[in-house]
Amino acid sequence: MSHTDPTLVTAPTTVGQNQLPQVTEPRNPGMPLDMDWVRAVQVNTSAVERRAASLPARRSVKKDHQAAWLLRAISCIDLTTLSGDDTARRVQRLCAKARQPVAPAVLEALGMAPITVGAVCVYHEMIAPAKEALAGTNIPIAAVSTGFPAGLSPFELRIREIEMSVAAGAAEIDIVISRRHVLSGDWQALYHEMRAFRAACGEAHVKAILATGELGSLRNVARASLICMMAGADFIKTSTGKESVNATLPVTLVMIRAIRDYYERTGIRIGYKPAGGISKAKDAVTYLAMIKEELGDRWLRPDLFRFGASSLLGDIERQLEHHVTGSYSASYRHAIS
Amino acid sequence: MSVSEIYETMDYGSAPESAGDAFAWLVDQGSRFGHFIDGAFTEPRDDFESRNPANGDVLANLTQASQEEVDAAVAAARKAQPKWAKLGGHGRARFLYAIARLLQKHSRLFAVLETLDNGKPIREARDVDVPLAQRHFYYHAGMAQLMESELPDVEALGVCGQIIPWNFPLLMLAWKVAPALAMGNTVVLKPAEYTSITALLFADICREAGLPKGVVNIVTGDGAVGEMIVGAEVDKIAFTGSTAVGRHIREVTAGSGKALTLELGGKSPYIVFDDADLDSAVEGLVDAIWFNQGQVCCAGSRLLVHEPVADRFYDKLRARMAKLRVGNPLDKSIDMGAMVDDVQVQRVTKMVAANTGGEVFTAGEIPSEGCYYPPTLITGMNPADPLMQEEIFGPVLVATTFRTPDEAVQLANNTRYGLAATIWSENINLALDIAPKLAAGVVWINGTNMMDAAAGFGGVRESGFGREGGWEGLAAYTKPKGSKKPLKDIAPMAGKGAPADPIDRTAKLYIGGKQTRPDGGYSAPVWGKSGGLLGHVSLAGRKDLRNAVEAAQAAKGWSKTTGHLRAQIMYYIAENLAARSKEFADRLDAMQGGKTGAKEVEASINRLFTYAAWADKYDGQVHGVPIRGAALAMKEPVGVICAICPAEAPLLGLVSCMAPAIAMGNRVILSASTPFPLSATDFIQILETSDVPAGVVNILTGSQADIAEPAARHMDVDAIWSFGAKDLGKIIEKGSAQNLKRTWVNNGLARDWTGPEGEGHTFLQAATQIKNIWIPYGE
Repeated sequence: MSHTDPTLVTAPTTVGQNQLPQVTEPRNPGMPLDMDWVRAVQVNTSAVERRAASLPARRSVKKDHQAAWLLRAISCIDLTTLSGDDTARRVQRLCAKARQPVAPAVLEALGMAPITVGAVCVYHEMIAPAKEALAGTNIPIAAVSTGFPAGLSPFELRIREIEMSVAAGAAEIDIVISRRHVLSGDWQALYHEMRAFRAACGEAHVKAILATGELGSLRNVARASLICMMAGADFIKTSTGKESVNATLPVTLVMIRAIRDYYERTGIRIGYKPAGGISKAKDAVTYLAMIKEELGDRWLRPDLFRFGASSLLGDIERQLEHHVTGSYSASYRHAIS
Repeated sequence: MSVSEIYETMDYGSAPESAGDAFAWLVDQGSRFGHFIDGAFTEPRDDFESRNPANGDVLANLTQASQEEVDAAVAAARKAQPKWAKLGGHGRARFLYAIARLLQKHSRLFAVLETLDNGKPIREARDVDVPLAQRHFYYHAGMAQLMESELPDVEALGVCGQIIPWNFPLLMLAWKVAPALAMGNTVVLKPAEYTSITALLFADICREAGLPKGVVNIVTGDGAVGEMIVGAEVDKIAFTGSTAVGRHIREVTAGSGKALTLELGGKSPYIVFDDADLDSAVEGLVDAIWFNQGQVCCAGSRLLVHEPVADRFYDKLRARMAKLRVGNPLDKSIDMGAMVDDVQVQRVTKMVAANTGGEVFTAGEIPSEGCYYPPTLITGMNPADPLMQEEIFGPVLVATTFRTPDEAVQLANNTRYGLAATIWSENINLALDIAPKLAAGVVWINGTNMMDAAAGFGGVRESGFGREGGWEGLAAYTKPKGSKKPLKDIAPMAGKGAPADPIDRTAKLYIGGKQTRPDGGYSAPVWGKSGGLLGHVSLAGRKDLRNAVEAAQAAKGWSKTTGHLRAQIMYYIAENLAARSKEFADRLDAMQGGKTGAKEVEASINRLFTYAAWADKYDGQVHGVPIRGAALAMKEPVGVICAICPAEAPLLGLVSCMAPAIAMGNRVILSASTPFPLSATDFIQILETSDVPAGVVNILTGSQADIAEPAARHMDVDAIWSFGAKDLGKIIEKGSAQNLKRTWVNNGLARDWTGPEGEGHTFLQAATQIKNIWIPYGE
């Protein structure tokens, strides 16, 4: 199986239409579980770490380019609140920030039209207030689901949770896989679970959270990535943000290389969402550079790439203001979410 | 482009490193440089220009050293050396530490100057060249500190002439200067004429460090200056550069007594098995062949891919190549900068244009101005294509496929070179099986171009000899302590007496486990001390040598035997010799006169025991390199060694050459004592009864001069030792330039075969070469 186009990339034709995943890409129909492919997966941890470590030094983005990249990063943020103390008012505040993530004055100074974040990410109970707060925008609501974060509630309840969230208005469902299927090598079970989740999502897009920090090895990350894609995931996502280790560059490299292989074999583009631990503007640029290098420019859009982050936006705003004024900024100058 | 446009295109833009401070430094120096001799810069002349290959701008005017200037530099080094050595390890360690610190303090200045002068990406100069140079000085500060306690039996060579290439100007300087200084040598170093500037900044640093004057001397100029250094009154030449120049240096230093290490070219294989992490292997190639524009002696320039994954791997590789960014070396987001000079671009262009094999793929846009060459991949090549054999020394990768692990090894070793090799496989059994089979001084498993001061670097075959870095690298800058006496010539006995044996005996040659008559059909009488005819000995010639080499090469299995097995066989040889000790003692006395025969036989038995003991104890090391993983320094046999045995000590000398060589797994051709050959021919019977496999030991008699010359020139002999007449040394060293085999000659100095200098580490070192196998690990 070979793919001869070395660039891999086709630029999107509809620039600016960056909100809804449905707009540009055919959905992933999935494919039968191909265990030959899964078993042939090889990941050399040291080599992956070396690549991840050298990339930030290989790609440096400065000045106007940096500002533009940071704006692009904002457009890819799933602005998130996933706390036990979330309330409707708290979610309204988050949604207000999602609609207007950058101060108008800064945008104006940069010559940019208004932008929004990629989505708002909440628990099921917060879908309704979010829906209300986002009325009139294209910003989708993503709901974490399936017994997030551990994914250990009864299977029927997990399926039901998805259905209820979709019915409540979530356009995207972030499911968590059963880590035990990976750790016990029950790949069939993982495939069927993902298939069921995907079916329950219906029209809503499904992001498969692998909880990579709990999978034990990069090889398992690669296997789980492939299986979730085979089972119809629209996005694969690193973490819940609740594991002790969340998104890292080595994990990212392994997952996006799996996405690349899946695209080469099926022609279907799967999205990628690193989540947890990305809080600095500089890190965001590094992630974007890694996506650009390994997957290509087509993936630098919110329909195929998201940051799962809550505090990243604040740091980016400070960097943007610095870019505009030449003076280092302070966090209190920017509206909180 | 506006921010909103970039928001759509997501281009990188440029991220230039400022060169302001570097230019200011050049201007401060008057943009002209003399040499650094005896602690001061000489008056500069505008003899030649150093240019920035990225844009052709002149960076500085440099001075071409005259003979007087080279002589002055050598004289300064000579004068400074005794005091520098006497300063002691700790005293030298303080200076080396200071240099390491200063390199760190001025790291960005070094990096930017290196990029301006060489054209390499600033990222590489900043993240690779300069940190590794610092590391070498730190590491060798430690070696200076430890020298007295850990290396009590060696001392400095004296003055070292060092000639370095343009691909890693500062780093190669560090590799040469740090170990030399640590061991108490002083140096005269010549940087390449394209890239002298960081060496001159280094000279400045030496002053800042308060280094005693004359310890480091730097002279600039082209190959003519290098030639002057090679011809000067120095004790050692260390050269890194092309194989052609290395060969020339070997020839012109032959017989001079100067120590020599050569780090030369390569055509290093990069082997990808079907169970490799292919994406990581592709990324490894970026570090292998597109690092430093491919101007790397150990570049993984010959890609060998397992057939089942070849097409997929090539596709992935071409996709990756399309992402490489070629351009302004000062741009921090550039993968490949400029080649060092237009001459190099033209040379590579011509080589690729002349190629008729395979399918050529080039990627990346290159700037229209400046010395740029695009990343290039040529797939579908065959070993018969010249580009599969010749070093390109540019960003051009040639590729072919293999079917089996054995075929991978065969293809990998189908080269005159033997510097480095890379293996990609997730199967530890496979990787660790292949690594020892590759003809290379360095093997990287699942990684490439990993270097560190703690692990020796250097090659086999025509990639040169000697190691740089690690404990093994110190041998290149030290010699055994003690003064030596000149070797006395020993004339054969004359006579016309009656035969000593009651029945005529014919002493034959021993080749491939058989006693054979000489091809030439000539024999010569051997007379005893008392004038009696002791017998006739075969006169071996070049064809007998050829046969012996073929027999030795055929006995490859010996190199794969265990040390335990070799020890057993050597004890058996000793046992059989002991059983016939009286006969051997009598023969020695009859040939040489006197009554020392019994003692010599005893000493020979003792020596066999020594190397039987060593056979399973001369261990390798695990170097402490800064990765999660190990660098295994494995001691491997050299291969086929031809030893010109001493004329004196006809039995002990022969045993002293044979035993260390075969104990370490080599096969030997022993050229026996010319005046006293019959102990050697008697010894054939000992070998025949001691389970020594055919071809492992071969014995030739007759004139050593008739053997030394063809053996030195023989392409399939890996090393040659001479403890024979002084004039053989020059013949051997000159002839060895043919295939750059390792040589060890006595330079006309005597060796006490009965004492400690007749055995031990010196011999074991000569009988082995170190292969460093890097194994990063982690799941």
